[in-house]
Amino acid sequence: MTETDVKVLASELKSQYGDNLNINADRFFTKLLVDKVKLLDLMQLLHDKYGFNQLSNLTSVDYGEEFEMVYHLYSIPENIKICVKTRIPRNMPEADSLITIWPAADWQEREVYDLMGIRFNGHPNLIRVLLPDDFDGHPLRKDFVRKG
Amino acid sequence: MFDTDIYSVNVGPVHPSTHGGLHAEAIMNGEIIEDVIVHLGYVHRSVEKIAEGKTYQQYVPYTARLDYLATNLPVMGYCQTVEKLLGIEIPERAEYIRVIMAELSRIASHQIAVAATGIDLGATTGLMYAMRDRERIMDIFAMTGGQRLLSSYIRIGGVAADIPEGFIPAVNDIVNDIPKMMDEYNDLLTGNEIWGARMKGVGVLKAEDAIAYGVTGPNLRASGISYDLRKAEPYSIYDRFDFVVPTRNSGDSLARWQVRIEEIGESGRIIKQALDGMPEGEIKGKVPKNLKPEAGAEVYHHIESSKGELGYYIVSDGGAKPYRLHVRAPSFINLMVLPLISRGGVFQDIITNIATLDPILGESDR
Repeated sequence: MTETDVKVLASELKSQYGDNLNINADRFFTKLLVDKVKLLDLMQLLHDKYGFNQLSNLTSVDYGEEFEMVYHLYSIPENIKICVKTRIPRNMPEADSLITIWPAADWQEREVYDLMGIRFNGHPNLIRVLLPDDFDGHPLRKDFVRKG
Repeated sequence: MFDTDIYSVNVGPVHPSTHGGLHAEAIMNGEIIEDVIVHLGYVHRSVEKIAEGKTYQQYVPYTARLDYLATNLPVMGYCQTVEKLLGIEIPERAEYIRVIMAELSRIASHQIAVAATGIDLGATTGLMYAMRDRERIMDIFAMTGGQRLLSSYIRIGGVAADIPEGFIPAVNDIVNDIPKMMDEYNDLLTGNEIWGARMKGVGVLKAEDAIAYGVTGPNLRASGISYDLRKAEPYSIYDRFDFVVPTRNSGDSLARWQVRIEEIGESGRIIKQALDGMPEGEIKGKVPKNLKPEAGAEVYHHIESSKGELGYYIVSDGGAKPYRLHVRAPSFINLMVLPLISRGGVFQDIITNIATLDPILGESDR
């Protein structure tokens, strides 16, 4: 597969998911913006059918009312990449865990839980990974007040 | 037969084999490892939060402290990410200098891996030999950046200053001695029977597990996957150099050890070619005084660091400071397989496995 195939793939997925999926590409990545209820479904498909066997990067961004989950997927050895994003509301910060598809999600989701306070449904061991267990708050949130 | 209870043994956080603040809790059934629980965070400095309060330029020295044993690699990765985000072009000469510094860092980092594995497995001479050789590279860093360990010599747009007099002969000397260094490490340790007993078949990581867990770098290549970002997605000027990607199929500790030693040789070849091809000219491109990427711009860029895929994800809100910066740290993700590869082994295998996974805690804990 090449980068053009990634664009074909994206439009294939668009016709399958309809309003639940939007495509947004910049000069670096083809980005799939998916509704959070379809996240696990889409990721399973990208892994099983399209061969994205590596969850390279998993992180989150705080946009105030909403959090954005950001996933960068790669395929070894096809050497193609895609970015998947989903938005989750601040008052209910929950997303599906991808640990059953890529075990690589394990600590990365724990990190997002630890620092951003997003819970992952289906994660078997969702505890803090970098900060002490009794730490109060999630430092990467924009409303976290820095001291010192 | 004796009945054995399940009990736990702590390795670290303060223990020489943990390479600086890693706490592995081994759940033991007699002599056999049932599981390993990894406790991280002893060197957490919240570098991602700090980034939100610094300008793009101010943040450069913080990246040097991610992987303090290969300091030019994380700095180069960060500078390239910012350059990509802003579309900054850098001069040819700077690219060549960067590649030389990056590959010297990779060699120094792998020499530390050789040294640390040596001391962890009781081969103190191995430590001495590798540290002696690494010191020559530290001298080069002191020459260019003014300090041995944490030089922020690579800057956004190029490098801080041109290479000083005496740089090229000194680097040439090191490169010419690399085959000799590799022979020495191999003669001293690789073929040693005790070394083999501690390493062969220990901590086997299967190729499919390596990919599923996101393992990258020498650890992935030792499991038989020839994946190196310098080849797969050539950044900087890596497409101009002739080098091979060493791999092994056994996925055990010995394979990881051997891949690293061979990579030292390949880095030497790259440096030699870079020294030969380096043009004269500028060492810094045109960089605006205030770096302000457009609002909403974001980038994910990754490089092949000595530990694996080192990525930076930066989101801009149009201001002078990153709105969000995330570091995809290879050591953090590589460490995830420590329990997987240790289960079923004996206690001493944990020490071998930590040493050959070669994590750097500054990066995994951030």
